[in-house]
Amino acid sequence: MGNTTPADLKYTKNDEWVRLEGGTATIGITDYAQEQLNDIVYVELPDVGAKFPKGESFGVVESVKAASDVYTPVGGTISAVNSGLEDQPELINTDPYGEGWLVKFTVDNADVSDLLDADAYAAYCESR
Amino acid sequence: MSEPLIYDMSVAGRTGALLPALDVPESPLPKELLRDTLDLPEVSELQVMRHFVRLSHLNHSIDTGFYPLGSCTMKYNPKINEDAARLPGFAQLHPRTDDEGAQGALALMYQLQTWLAEISGFQAVSLAPAAGAQGEFAGILMIRKYHQDRGDTKRTKILVPNSAHGTNPATVSMAGFEAVELPSDKNGDVDLAALRAACDDTIAGMMITVPSTLGLFEGHILDVIKAVHDCGGLMYMDGANMNALMGAVKPGELGFDVMHYNLHKTFSTPHGGGGPGSGPVGVNDRLKPFLPGPVVEIVDDGSDEEPPLYGMKIPEKSIGRLKAFYGNFGMHVRAYTYIGIHGDSGIKDITRHAVLNANYIRVKLRDTYKVPYDRICAHEFVLEGHFEGVENVHALDISKRLMDYGIHPPTNYFPLIVPEALMIEPTETEDKATIDEFIDVMKKIAAEAKADPDLLRTAPHTAPVKRLDEVRAAKQLVLCCRPVPEWAAGD
Repeated sequence: MGNTTPADLKYTKNDEWVRLEGGTATIGITDYAQEQLNDIVYVELPDVGAKFPKGESFGVVESVKAASDVYTPVGGTISAVNSGLEDQPELINTDPYGEGWLVKFTVDNADVSDLLDADAYAAYCESR
Repeated sequence: MSEPLIYDMSVAGRTGALLPALDVPESPLPKELLRDTLDLPEVSELQVMRHFVRLSHLNHSIDTGFYPLGSCTMKYNPKINEDAARLPGFAQLHPRTDDEGAQGALALMYQLQTWLAEISGFQAVSLAPAAGAQGEFAGILMIRKYHQDRGDTKRTKILVPNSAHGTNPATVSMAGFEAVELPSDKNGDVDLAALRAACDDTIAGMMITVPSTLGLFEGHILDVIKAVHDCGGLMYMDGANMNALMGAVKPGELGFDVMHYNLHKTFSTPHGGGGPGSGPVGVNDRLKPFLPGPVVEIVDDGSDEEPPLYGMKIPEKSIGRLKAFYGNFGMHVRAYTYIGIHGDSGIKDITRHAVLNANYIRVKLRDTYKVPYDRICAHEFVLEGHFEGVENVHALDISKRLMDYGIHPPTNYFPLIVPEALMIEPTETEDKATIDEFIDVMKKIAAEAKADPDLLRTAPHTAPVKRLDEVRAAKQLVLCCRPVPEWAAGD
């Protein structure tokens, strides 16, 4: 289906991606997820400073088809949110791994070895 | 669409009502309470009547066409229900009438409580909840109060399978619990291993929709109930799909502790915009003291000469009232009438025909559409609305094309665990000719998808309005041309 899975990211089975740079993790939803959701019309994100344990829902992505919770693959404190999504939630559809990022976390623990790498995630999507 | 907005028919100074001349001295309202910005159309009574009757002709309804809306049980509502609800003794009864003056209404409510308890195998029923969601809320509040009453405050979680109604996790959150989602196994049943792993002393209970939103009767329901009971949790059954159970299975006898009924689904009271709904709750002895009130009881047994005397009571440990007065009484009259005209064997026939109709369509369409859980279904089933080798034809396009054939689209994109889901519930009230016609149309649409996919992508073609821009509708909330009033303009 022409999905791309950048090799430098880690992935979850809930279809989030995470980019770890030093102590900061940038999180978004994958190309597969945006394609399943269809046109995204609204995004609900937390405030900067909010804390979330690993695995907790930190926001909601709403499309014409469904509203889906987004879960953080790392525990930590929100250091930035993508305010551009307020007016242009469709950025998640057009550029899920770039302009469509959701939040940045200052992570409690930089270990993401339990997450899927690009090949494993691509295989997981293929199997569904 | 040819029908203009009522605002566009407005003529300054025109009015639909003639007020009598003042026969008391005029007393002007205080200036600060008056506003001149209220934007109301000025139209005659005849204009209003024609406008809304014309709009009503553009609607699809169960009285005008087939309505296979899964999860919603859009069955035909017998008109005798309406006759009963309009009897002046019911329709004009003042809610403040004392019990003595409302004995007929109380007797009807008592009988309906008894019938619903019998149908579901429970010990007691409260008719108080005003709709299904409020029934769910009441049920979970009862579970909460039950644990609190025992001094057990560590139970903070409720289990919810991913094939549950969308309202279930919402109810759990509203009641102050945390929802824990359970996966389904490859047959569409609850994953028993995942369930057993999740069961511990932090579980207050489980909410499960039976049959599930996949239209499947949970294959190992007794194991599910036992696992939850063994860890001290209570079992809540979402009874929205009772149209596949009544007369055949009693949830109370399976071991459930509480359930709600949707009178507006199973028992043919008006649905959707024609509501209001009604969502009574049934419970076993364990939860009986916690029922929402008021509940109708016999306060004096009477004698051979005297009928029993009915009264209202709030149960001793009740979660309280859910709304003013006594639930939606007009719906109680309709459901009572419906159960009364069907009787024991009729109730069972409803279920048998609902299940037969759904399975007939499933089998007839299984070679044309992918049926992801292709096993004997309950009153509804889910198929996938896309085709191998056809790009960009989706469940939505099939739904819109159905409108061109005069059929209401099924529920689509739900449940979420099936890609491109189309959830089809024919109900028992449709005959074989209608159902065969629907099957033919579905096959025709599948052929069109392959031969001329644009025909589907641009559908509907015969509806009063063409394909709506759902993205714009969701993002741009100011709908049309009228100036936005001050109170709605925001900052």
